[in-house]
Amino acid sequence: MVAASPVEREVWRLLADVPDPEIPILNVIELGVVRYVRDEQERGIAVGVSPTYTGCPATEVIQASIKARLQNAGFSTVHVDTVLAPPWTSDWLTESAREKLREYGIAPPAESVDSPRRLWSEPTVSCPRCSSKQTERVSEFASTPCKALYRCTSCLEPFEYFKCI
Amino acid sequence: MEATSAASDVLRRYALTIGDTSLILAQRLGEWIGHAPALEEDLALANIALDLLGQARYLLSHAAQLQGGGTEDDLAFLRDPQDFLNLSLVEQPNGDFGETIVRQFLIDAWQLELFERLQQSSEPKLAELAAKAIKETRYHFRFSSGWMVRLGDGTEESHRRVQTALDALWRFTHEMFVASPVEQEAAALGIGPDPASLAAGWASRVEEVLQEATLKRPADVAYSWHGKRGQHSEHLSRLLAEMQIMQRTYPGAQW
Repeated sequence: MVAASPVEREVWRLLADVPDPEIPILNVIELGVVRYVRDEQERGIAVGVSPTYTGCPATEVIQASIKARLQNAGFSTVHVDTVLAPPWTSDWLTESAREKLREYGIAPPAESVDSPRRLWSEPTVSCPRCSSKQTERVSEFASTPCKALYRCTSCLEPFEYFKCI
Repeated sequence: MEATSAASDVLRRYALTIGDTSLILAQRLGEWIGHAPALEEDLALANIALDLLGQARYLLSHAAQLQGGGTEDDLAFLRDPQDFLNLSLVEQPNGDFGETIVRQFLIDAWQLELFERLQQSSEPKLAELAAKAIKETRYHFRFSSGWMVRLGDGTEESHRRVQTALDALWRFTHEMFVASPVEQEAAALGIGPDPASLAAGWASRVEEVLQEATLKRPADVAYSWHGKRGQHSEHLSRLLAEMQIMQRTYPGAQW
């Protein structure tokens, strides 16, 4: 692995200003979608970005926001590459992202995707408001592709859960 | 050189074969938006449609690149029905919620088998997509299986409706496992699996859920539909009429 050049480090720093359009408390680095930053002589700056879900409409907004942020900072030629492999996983959310999600009212992924029991048994999802483990799934799907809908049976509040994928 | 271009043409048509199935099913599921029995189900069907649309966009973009001109949009909005290579099952009308769930369940089980195998494709682009899509398909299958059990093992009325839907749609499943000329060529080149090899895995997934749902597996029908060869029912023409009208009427129109 080649150490990041000063230019590449500057780009990483700028990317921390680019929010996820659907969960704006997270930036694209915390979401784990930025795969590489390369200062390529002929192409200019190349940023590799992975979609969270294949059809997620936020992907295009993220790509446009990255271009806009870097161009505003004076990088005239910016390419955003879509990187599919290896596929994005919720394991790539950073630790700070998990904490921010909880504060925002979204329960972070309850376990690693490597857990073999993942899809066939229900993970215990804690309520992001009262921390109770007495919760139940209302629906596999919610307002964005990456979340499911839950309800806390202790404080009775509904909440969204960031799915393990 | 000629061998290369022949292989790239097989790849193009194979990408359309699986991409069109995702696209047409996405459009069908989109018809439910605002009409599903409950908000949660509305969101679920829309989310599944979105994942399928993502698959279709990726595959159609790739096909457009291989044909050396045009875009994913041209392929989606400007092709005629006979140029679509989707499975006949996905163009069938939504019917009631139970019928939509049965169709979804049969396709989800098939996509699981397909994507499992497609990860070993000799074509990196397809292998990458399969690795990505299978994670989403597991969620789709869990959703549709859950509803199969709830409806099948539910009330007398829900059981009757889902069994009727299963009986009506079963005859379209044979096509999943009979290779079209494109799939035969793709299998020979290692691009995609031989469809027949997906049958056993599909049947065992399906039967396990049917049993729990107290539903009867209908008798197999030897007749095969040929959506994958471009021979479609009139349902596809009507679906495309709605899907394509904006681009056909105002070519190049954008949001």
